[in-house]
Amino acid sequence: MIFTLAARELRSMFLSPMAWVILAVISGLCAYFFLLYIELYLQLQPRLAAAPNAPGITDVIVVPLFSTTATVLLLVTPLLTMRLISEERRSQTLSLLMSAPISMTEIILGKFLGVFAFVLLMLVPVAVMPLSLLAGGEIDMGLWASGLLGQVLLLASFCSIGLYVSTLTAQPTVAAVATFGLLLLLWVLNLAGSTSNEGSGVLNYLSLLSHYQPLLKGIFSSTDIIYYLLLISSCLVLSVRRLDADRLQH
Amino acid sequence: MTNDILIKVEELTRYYGVQTGSRPAVDNINFEVRRGEVLGFLGPNGAGKSTTMRMITGNLSPSHGRITINGIDILDQPKKAKADIGFLPELPPLYRELTVDEYLQFCARLNRISRDKQTNAIGTAKERCGLSDVGKRLIANLSKGYQQRVGIAQAIIHSPAVVVLDEPTVGLDPIQIREIRHLIRELSNEHSVILSTHILPEVQATCDRVQIINQGRLVLSDTISGLIQRMQTSSLRLRTKNRTDNNILLAIEGVVDVSVIDENCVQIKHKPEINPAAAIAKITVEQGWELLELTPDRRSLEEIFVDITTAEQTADEQVEKTGNKKTEAAA
Repeated sequence: MIFTLAARELRSMFLSPMAWVILAVISGLCAYFFLLYIELYLQLQPRLAAAPNAPGITDVIVVPLFSTTATVLLLVTPLLTMRLISEERRSQTLSLLMSAPISMTEIILGKFLGVFAFVLLMLVPVAVMPLSLLAGGEIDMGLWASGLLGQVLLLASFCSIGLYVSTLTAQPTVAAVATFGLLLLLWVLNLAGSTSNEGSGVLNYLSLLSHYQPLLKGIFSSTDIIYYLLLISSCLVLSVRRLDADRLQH
Repeated sequence: MTNDILIKVEELTRYYGVQTGSRPAVDNINFEVRRGEVLGFLGPNGAGKSTTMRMITGNLSPSHGRITINGIDILDQPKKAKADIGFLPELPPLYRELTVDEYLQFCARLNRISRDKQTNAIGTAKERCGLSDVGKRLIANLSKGYQQRVGIAQAIIHSPAVVVLDEPTVGLDPIQIREIRHLIRELSNEHSVILSTHILPEVQATCDRVQIINQGRLVLSDTISGLIQRMQTSSLRLRTKNRTDNNILLAIEGVVDVSVIDENCVQIKHKPEINPAAAIAKITVEQGWELLELTPDRRSLEEIFVDITTAEQTADEQVEKTGNKKTEAAA
């Protein structure tokens, strides 16, 4: 049942030009960044060769690429998640799901998986691009994998936050702006954490970025993984609660 | 028509807003619908029709009360109860970017119809709603009438025990309305149907039972034949070629009053237990007035509807007025 909903969601996305435009823009932008980092590497190469314990091709090209992509996707994900529930609410199609023999949890999970599948699709070119370097050299596959895992977890959190915000309103644009604000805030929360001492640990812990960076360095820490999983599941639970509250007295 | 009850609604109440003092949108409604019955829900705008229907279909949860669908409580086992319901809301819930076939397939899956039966179910639903020719077309490009039909097809695709239709004939042309009414009658062979409308002849044409709801309360619940009885009043209309003699008419047993409408037409009021029509006809012939028309006066459904809904309001107002007077006196 969840997959039926997810498939419908994915299908509707591809039936509008939006999905194609986003895919094209993301691939184009990332390809540009990729070439930029290769150029940088070629410039640095003579100096790197001389230095002892110098960063390799993965450190100079793949890690910055993943890091930049994450920022770009932060801008794009709100556009994908904004319609999830709010559009259904606005065109009053939600009652189709509400009167069908499915639970609210199934609706939310279906929606989440639908948009998450699309986001993964968006990530494929970004993930594959660095592999082209294998033709001329060697890349650190462990670092590549951990960076990719970081991206997947990060995007899943973006989607779950976007989904929750979308359940709060009937206006897709409002959902998009609110999601964007929230994501950006969570992204840069560690800036406040690094300046002051008091409570900086908490702010640092809450930041999306501070759990992504270790993975980009190839550090696989269960704290980071659990942080993402907790964030995703709490957003999904909140969404289910919010959707359920639609039927209650208010 | 069998006797098993498919929908049972007990003490259903729903408040909007948090103030406890506010009037509920639906106030303590009780009713039952049996298998094979078509129940018409009538009421002015904002009376609580849609709220009631949304509660029956699990789109809203009631503030108080119980709803059982086919013996299953919708609050205790929503999934199981909802499997027996098909719902067409006021605005058909359509995904405009899909084609009719794609949309109905999604609905079939949503209602857990097994894979091998899906094609069959979609075919039957399309055929019943006259959609066989438009299966490949985008819903967005269909006319309002066809969109409404897709909405109905969606509600009956899993052949649920209970079909709830909120104003199903809005925006349709007269031919389509006839078809939809025919479809509703057909549905009642296997399903129970609840439909809301404010088109009164529609109720007469399709329903077995009528409920009139006003300001959240059920003000009338009757069968169609009972309603027709209410429409009959104890008066007759007599039209003749020549002028009648009212004194002769007044002498007939049972006649209470004769009033002249125009030169050739009189209205004859009679006691409800005696129908003097036969006697009037006989005398008319004997007197050589030449009978043109002798018909019972009927109140239209509109008149009954207006009577009931406005009577409630004036009663309410009177209560309020006396209440005010009392408080004034107390002051």
